[in-house]
Amino acid sequence: MLTLTDDEKAMLDGRRGKATQKAMDLLVRYAEALGAERFLDTKNVAGVPGSANAFLQNYFKDKGGPAGDAIFSFFDLDADELVEAPQAVVHTCHLQGGADPLHWQTLGAREEIVRGHEAREAFAVSKGVEILKTCTPYLAGNVPAFGDHLAWMESSAVIYANSVLGARTNTEGRESTSAAMLTGKIPDWGLHRDEPRRGTHRVDVRIPIESVIDWGMLGYFTGDVVQEHIPVLAGGMRPPDIVRLKHFGAAASSSGGVEMYHLAGITPEAPDVETAFGGNVPVEVFEYGAAERQRVYEALNAGASDPAVDFVMLGCPHAALEQLREAAALLDGRAISGNTRLWIFTSRAVRTEADAAGYTQAIQAAGGVVMTDTCSAFAQAVPAGTKVAALDSAKQAHYLPAILGLQAWFGTTRDCIEAAITGRWNGTCPT
Amino acid sequence: MSDVIVLRGRKVVGGRAAGEALVTYMTVPGWGGVNPIKGVITETRHDLRGVSFAGKVLVFRGAKGSSGWSAMYHTTRLAGTAPAALVFNEMTTKVALGAVVMRVPSVTDFDRDPLEVIETGDWVIVDGDCGTVEVQKKARAATLELDALPVRG
Repeated sequence: MLTLTDDEKAMLDGRRGKATQKAMDLLVRYAEALGAERFLDTKNVAGVPGSANAFLQNYFKDKGGPAGDAIFSFFDLDADELVEAPQAVVHTCHLQGGADPLHWQTLGAREEIVRGHEAREAFAVSKGVEILKTCTPYLAGNVPAFGDHLAWMESSAVIYANSVLGARTNTEGRESTSAAMLTGKIPDWGLHRDEPRRGTHRVDVRIPIESVIDWGMLGYFTGDVVQEHIPVLAGGMRPPDIVRLKHFGAAASSSGGVEMYHLAGITPEAPDVETAFGGNVPVEVFEYGAAERQRVYEALNAGASDPAVDFVMLGCPHAALEQLREAAALLDGRAISGNTRLWIFTSRAVRTEADAAGYTQAIQAAGGVVMTDTCSAFAQAVPAGTKVAALDSAKQAHYLPAILGLQAWFGTTRDCIEAAITGRWNGTCPT
Repeated sequence: MSDVIVLRGRKVVGGRAAGEALVTYMTVPGWGGVNPIKGVITETRHDLRGVSFAGKVLVFRGAKGSSGWSAMYHTTRLAGTAPAALVFNEMTTKVALGAVVMRVPSVTDFDRDPLEVIETGDWVIVDGDCGTVEVQKKARAATLELDALPVRG
């Protein structure tokens, strides 16, 4: 049974304005659907308030009022009447979306749609939303502290916040984050509470996990076997860096619905295996060895047969600065094939850093393009005529072939850059 | 009717709807694994790949994948391709919010596993407010006047 505080009742009664009332109404319906008993205060929201893809831009064109208010009212807040949204009441950032402001023509975006994205961004700015335009807010200025309660979207960012940072968030959606932005409230359910954060399944890692692709494949295996449960991984792992953690989590939240994991002896709520389980008995124990690694590699490459690579896409989740440095170094003094395009996606913040370091220029000198705000899967954008792609992200390899009907090779960043240079896929499963 | 199986669960979203069951033991993907305009799952290795869920009673384990789950299924409502009702086992924020914004009768937390009882093609009546799901097995349903059964009101 959901109980509301006086403050929450005031919002639901309309005493804080119509838009806040609609936001609270949505949150109440959502909390009741979950079976939550109360709300928590949040001061950190990551969503996509007011944004719109081509379908939504078109659908809400003639629904009355300014387009921004119509989309926000009817879609973000799921309201049945047009309301004017006030300013965000808590720190709210905008995740990925839209098109690269500089390279939208390269992406193949229509001008009308790009102008729509600009208008949606201006709407978000007018509501006090910080425009990070990335799936990696934790690399672009929004780094929560241990124990913070968040309302975040973006599965790869949610799993990072919970597991690596020890902040607390469920995988929120577009509507709940926009409602949280106006209320500072989110249901006290799931990963906001202690017990649901404890491990439920164990993965015994029997082979050394070192490179970025090792972590990506282990994440893809883990998500597939545990689905939406909470894995505790033990053995075989050296403490990973941010890039490895980013790829592991993104993969685990794509093949399954993992929102939190523990690396025994590494992540903050897992000083050891026993603490990570917190008294739970593992529901199942899985082993990850050379045979499992081989199977993951084959599954991620199952849709590819043509070695002539048209397109190489890196930066899923958005590239960290060190990944742009690596790409620039691999491309140094070389040029990509005339038959192949190379796109690398990152955040606006990291691209600014890469510009200052000369990485962007080095990648462009070799024929690559560094873009922000979106990615191929999100924008459903690849170079014209692409039939075969090469990817270094298990997450992108999971989504892109399904979304665009392409063949996709999956391998290391080096394999992908070599494919961009030679136009041929020559990758092999790491051993 | 004695040959109707009744499952009892908990209301997620109220309302009453009837339709043919579409059953999957797999978790259902959101953004990147579904085409909301067409109302079909597109995920490469999904057993419902290419099958329309529009107007069906979707019977499934739970939701998975991207945080775009709710926005995708919200879009199915706008596009007229939403399922008629949801019957599922595992509660997550994705499926809860998705059910709320799809505004379709939805029930979970059952006394019996709906995946063990309901098969694709069975006729299913979901009463969200009562938290009940009535199942008419397809072999029997074929003998009934379908339009005599209650529809969503």
